Amino acid sequence: MSRPYAKLPGWIDYGLIPLVNVVVAFLVAGLVVLAVGESPIEAARLMLRGAFGYGEGFGFTLYYATNFIFTGLAVAVAFHGGLFNIGGEGQAYVGGLGVALVALNLDGTFPWWVNLPLAVIASAAFGAAWALIPAVLQAKRGSHVVITTIMFNFIAAALMVYLIVEQFRPVGSMAPETRVFGEGGQLPKLEGFFALLGLDLGGAPLNVSFFVALAAAFAVWVLIWRTRLGYEIRTLGFSPKAALYAGMSQTRLVVVTMLISGGLAGMMALNPVMGDQYRLQIEFPAGAGFVGIAVALMGRGHPAGILPAALLFGVLYQGGAELAFDMPAISRDMIVIIQGLVILFAGALENMIRPGVGAAFQFVRFRPSAKIVQGELGR
Amino acid sequence: MAAPAIELIGISKSFGPVQANRDINLTVEAGTIHGIVGENGAGKSTLMSIIYGFYQADAGEIRVKGEPVSIPDSNAAIAHGIGMVHQHFMLVENFTVTENVMLGAEQSGLLNAGIRRVRAELMRLEREHGLEIDPDAVIEDLPVGLQQRVEILKALYRGAEILILDEPTGVLTPAEADQLFGVLRQLKAEGKTIVLITHKLREILAVTDAVSVMRRGEIVATRRTAETNAGELAELMVGRRVLLRVDKAEARPAAPALKVSNLTVHDSRGVPMVKDVSFEVRAGEIVGIAGVAGNGQSELLEALAGIRPAKSGMVELLGKSLDPCGGIDPAMMRAAGLAHVPEDRHGMGLVLPFREAENAILGYHRDPAYAKGPFLDLSAMRRDAEAKIAAYDIRPPNSELRTANFSGGNQQKIVLAREMERGPKVLLIGQPTRGVDVGAIEFIHRRIVAMRDEGRAILLVSVELDEIRGLADRILVMFDGRIVGERSPDASEGEIGLLMAGVESRDAAE
Repeated sequence: MSRPYAKLPGWIDYGLIPLVNVVVAFLVAGLVVLAVGESPIEAARLMLRGAFGYGEGFGFTLYYATNFIFTGLAVAVAFHGGLFNIGGEGQAYVGGLGVALVALNLDGTFPWWVNLPLAVIASAAFGAAWALIPAVLQAKRGSHVVITTIMFNFIAAALMVYLIVEQFRPVGSMAPETRVFGEGGQLPKLEGFFALLGLDLGGAPLNVSFFVALAAAFAVWVLIWRTRLGYEIRTLGFSPKAALYAGMSQTRLVVVTMLISGGLAGMMALNPVMGDQYRLQIEFPAGAGFVGIAVALMGRGHPAGILPAALLFGVLYQGGAELAFDMPAISRDMIVIIQGLVILFAGALENMIRPGVGAAFQFVRFRPSAKIVQGELGR
Repeated sequence: MAAPAIELIGISKSFGPVQANRDINLTVEAGTIHGIVGENGAGKSTLMSIIYGFYQADAGEIRVKGEPVSIPDSNAAIAHGIGMVHQHFMLVENFTVTENVMLGAEQSGLLNAGIRRVRAELMRLEREHGLEIDPDAVIEDLPVGLQQRVEILKALYRGAEILILDEPTGVLTPAEADQLFGVLRQLKAEGKTIVLITHKLREILAVTDAVSVMRRGEIVATRRTAETNAGELAELMVGRRVLLRVDKAEARPAAPALKVSNLTVHDSRGVPMVKDVSFEVRAGEIVGIAGVAGNGQSELLEALAGIRPAKSGMVELLGKSLDPCGGIDPAMMRAAGLAHVPEDRHGMGLVLPFREAENAILGYHRDPAYAKGPFLDLSAMRRDAEAKIAAYDIRPPNSELRTANFSGGNQQKIVLAREMERGPKVLLIGQPTRGVDVGAIEFIHRRIVAMRDEGRAILLVSVELDEIRGLADRILVMFDGRIVGERSPDASEGEIGLLMAGVESRDAAE
């Protein structure tokens, strides 16, 4: 019958366990650093200094985190519906097309604050469109989205190279990119904003799409936990049979969920395309779509978890770059190893330390009450 | 007299603040069948897990055949001659009987010698105990009753002298259960000791020599079976008097509310499960569908609820003709006044990770009462959930609690409250009391009868024949997808049992 099961309090589930996971990941990463003959403590110091130690570094950290918030949210929304959207990379890539179309056509017409909402809509629409075919195939034909979205990543890569090189590349240019957007296609940097807080961002590319990401995180929270649609998505994710019983249309829900997921991934393009480079370049997502999977897993699909998880990966990207620069023995590939370890421990091995932490908690929490129980027995 | 097979002295076990077993003293005499009854959560399974080495007791002593022993794990239990048959079988579905029996006792990396030894031993066990089974049959091809036999053989192969069976009849048909009891009596005659855990009083009375009743982690009484009765045991289990028979007045059926004509339903593999079934349910009556599980009842309910498209046939709901072959869906049927308590509570009727208040609106979540535009109205949901919790005495009374943390009986009350409180004109109920404890069963039965007396039409499907006979005003018996007969609830159990077994009906029809 009911096996006694004590649910752990939220602060352990969502706070302590991810923290311990990260610490373990860094300890193992430290061993790797030790193995190549460098000091792990010095490496950690350099990494943290690179990510937080000065304004520009911090600006870069938040810039990377912005990408990961979008893609993390995208994976999380699909996850709530029981769908594993691996196609964030391709959806973000195609989302860039939406951004570029708005910026290229309207940068001379409207100021950035008119173009921003248009670009948000366009990027989401293009990202969603790229998720549509896998979604319909899953909903109608049962073709697994994991497979189809992966394949669509490759199709996106090929399509975008063709479009950028053959269609958008200015005549005479050798670089595989569009022309540089005019002023109306450039999102303002946040130097001024952070200067008010007494922080000098230097040349960091952090821009207003950071706030769009925060707004998206809030919107996702509202969607999943406060709307009828979110209720249906969660029902489908936990139990397709219950969704069927409750009269929800699985076909519709799968498609809608994937469209929202693809749209969020597509919005990631705002940050690098309109916020940093002011042009559409090939391969601009640079793996952010895949990092989003780790961010969503680590953040437990909840925006309140995704924000810190995205920040952590921002730290790994920015701090890792500085570390590779400052410590010659540590190459770019070493940084990838460290990132991989974090993904491994925080995402894949998430349940490894859970029983131990749970047992320790039970022991600490309930030790005093043992006396009371014995007292009752004595009666 | 020989030393008792098992003696437990002062066994206590707690999980955090939950005292699962408290100062248990229990003596199981050798060569007897000893029953342990109690409601869900009374601590029966925990106690058996301690004997079998899954858990360690916090205090107390275990003696096997008079010797104090320590049982740190299941291997130690097996070494002491204790075998366990779990409620959920621990068999590899695509292995043969022989391979399953050998599992964990291969003794060498190459299997041939092991297979030969197991096969010889299985033959011997079959001869000695009459446990016939094909050693080369693949588990997934065997009916549930035979799968359970494999579990028993596994224990005997490992030299079990003491056999613990945890809710062994939960998955069996009445006939299979009777066969099991025959096997248990045979084993007893050969000197084995059997501990039978169940919450079904009838089984205890049928097969045991002695019975211990557990309530809230304690053994509250031990009786010789011959000297007790179902009423006393139920009272001991629940701690108060329990009405085992359903108290109800004569039904006053009115106009037909649900009419089913020539309905045929296929399962997902395309196998016809419901074949050309016609019947009607009138307002103010309970029609019970009796039958062994898997004879089409599940598919019938799902088709009527709009979950599973039918192949052919017509359904008339409250005078309106509907096309069950794809023309209806669950939302539409709900809107038309039909509610459905599904058989599969965990998979279908509830979303276990949801908060209670979220499950209280499942299927009715599009009702404007729970919404402000596209948003859920959380406070309306909470008010609604709390009203239902109060009306159905759902415990703990906390609408914020995860549904998985409620007991089986309270989970069922959550579903019933949701489906009944809407005042549906037609109510489909599948297995209303499966896995539900005695106290809650009484409550659920009274609610169902009250619904009938309000003039609702109720279609009840249950594999518990007692339940059908106690509740229904008319009984339809389903066998192999067809309705093979209609009986009044006063018909004898034997008569209905024969129909359920497909022993029709030619004589009955005459």
